[in-house]
Amino acid sequence: MERATSKKKGSPWWYLLILVPLIGTLFPAFYASVSPELWGIPFFYWYQMLWVIISSIVTAIMYWMLKES
Amino acid sequence: MKWAALGVFIIFFLFVTVLGFFAARWRKGDLSHLEEWGLAGRRFGTLITWFLVGGDLYTAYTFIAVPALMYGAGALGFYAVPYTIVVYPIFFMILPRFWSVAKKHGYVTASDFVQGRFGDKLLALAIALTGIVATMPYIALQLTGMQAVLAAMGIGGEWPLIVAFIILALYTYTSGLRAPAMIAVVKDLMIYITAIVAIIVLPIKLGGFSHIFHSAQTALAGTTPPGAFVATPAQYSVYGTLAFGSALALFLYPHAMTGVFSANSRNTVKRNMALLPAYSFALGIIALLGFMALAAGIHTKTTSAAVPLLFIKEFPGWFAGFAFAAIAIGAIVPAAIMSIAAANLFTRNIYRAYFVTSATPQQEARVAKVVSLIVKLGALVFIIGFPQQYAISMQQVGGILVLQTLPALIFGLYTRWFHRRALLLGWLAGILYGIYMWATTGYKSTTYVLHLFGQSIPAYAAIWALILNIVVTVVFTLVFNAVKLGRGEDKTAAADYHVEASV
Repeated sequence: MERATSKKKGSPWWYLLILVPLIGTLFPAFYASVSPELWGIPFFYWYQMLWVIISSIVTAIMYWMLKES
Repeated sequence: MKWAALGVFIIFFLFVTVLGFFAARWRKGDLSHLEEWGLAGRRFGTLITWFLVGGDLYTAYTFIAVPALMYGAGALGFYAVPYTIVVYPIFFMILPRFWSVAKKHGYVTASDFVQGRFGDKLLALAIALTGIVATMPYIALQLTGMQAVLAAMGIGGEWPLIVAFIILALYTYTSGLRAPAMIAVVKDLMIYITAIVAIIVLPIKLGGFSHIFHSAQTALAGTTPPGAFVATPAQYSVYGTLAFGSALALFLYPHAMTGVFSANSRNTVKRNMALLPAYSFALGIIALLGFMALAAGIHTKTTSAAVPLLFIKEFPGWFAGFAFAAIAIGAIVPAAIMSIAAANLFTRNIYRAYFVTSATPQQEARVAKVVSLIVKLGALVFIIGFPQQYAISMQQVGGILVLQTLPALIFGLYTRWFHRRALLLGWLAGILYGIYMWATTGYKSTTYVLHLFGQSIPAYAAIWALILNIVVTVVFTLVFNAVKLGRGEDKTAAADYHVEASV
């Protein structure tokens, strides 16, 4: 049922990208402030929502770069 | 009694119940076989896996417990957003290896993998028990969510929970994993509709985001203890560790593993890690419903009731009923998957490993079906036994336990350096220390303040326990390797971790 073991195309260094969302979101000291507000939403909240998008892009990049042939 | 809401609620609930029984005929397989009942034959493609894993992870936790914490304690509740941000990149790296080795060797549970990798029945048993026990408070959280929406419609007491329990139990029993997978599609559509309507309508009705946040700020300042509008410096380490710890724990839960193992290919798993964040945005919006409830002037001591009461107050009855059905179904889908996953664990790693080693697949499926009932009963007991101010702490308690399986499961995917008996001791140390920390708060909080080098660092107890676990594991590995204690047989080969599969 199994095909031959797949070969990696991209360099495994791409996996280091997982550090980007970790650093960006796990340290609230960097973003726990009310201003600047966006449409009345405090920075603390819209900053983290923005990271939902950034993190998806990062994961998508890893997906494409590490695609197995 | 809110009749309009109740009417719409019942219609949708009946619809998915019928769907649940009908699911047995979907992608026909022999349901008296464990791999068919418990993993739906590993045939789910990208889309169904997306709904299934999404249905697995976005539960009453999301719709009731997270906004409840926002409503009662403020900014801390938003940790759920970074949690779901970091989880996918991390597991993007890890899960494909897991899927491959599971496919290659026919593993149904995480504990099957540990048995194959380390050849240690005791360690496998420890992993299986942890999974089963950690799942119970998580199922209990689902039932609490269901209780909250029913109460908002005027149906109080314990009996509606028992009714929901029986319905859930029956179609899980007959259809296995196919039932929640099919219902998850309906559930997600309903949830997305609810979230989109709420994020458009509520800010208009409540005077815009600016007004919502300002009212929430004022209301939070008046609660005891005062809630924080944005995370305070004292909360930073708790916020970060809760997010990180929950993320690491997420895919160690048996039910998440079940969702991943039922995927039809390695690439389906990878693609899903890149697609699942679509849910995280909805999660953030739903979390903010807690603040909207504050802005709408909802007053309740039962924080789980905040969102249901908000919907009753701000929406016509029929829409509230629709939203409640979405929440209740959003509780029933994961509860079903969780009980199936726990049942798989019991059957494979306790029943077959210790009692009937020659069990046929049919016997396995029979045992799993019965155990799925017992696990749900256990969850009911948990609700009654451990009353919590915040339902979310049930998920956090499960996290403390399940995170202690990380060294065996995740490190085990990459290296066999760790000694099987050292992993067992590390697991034991982590579990005991985790429960001890939880107990010191009177079973109320999962945050523990550790006094280290003259500093007081508050953090999610799961992380402290995991650190101790890893230290113990490393130290004893060095010792056991030095005295050349038997290492057990490794049935996996390096290539197994990259196997691709065609279906």
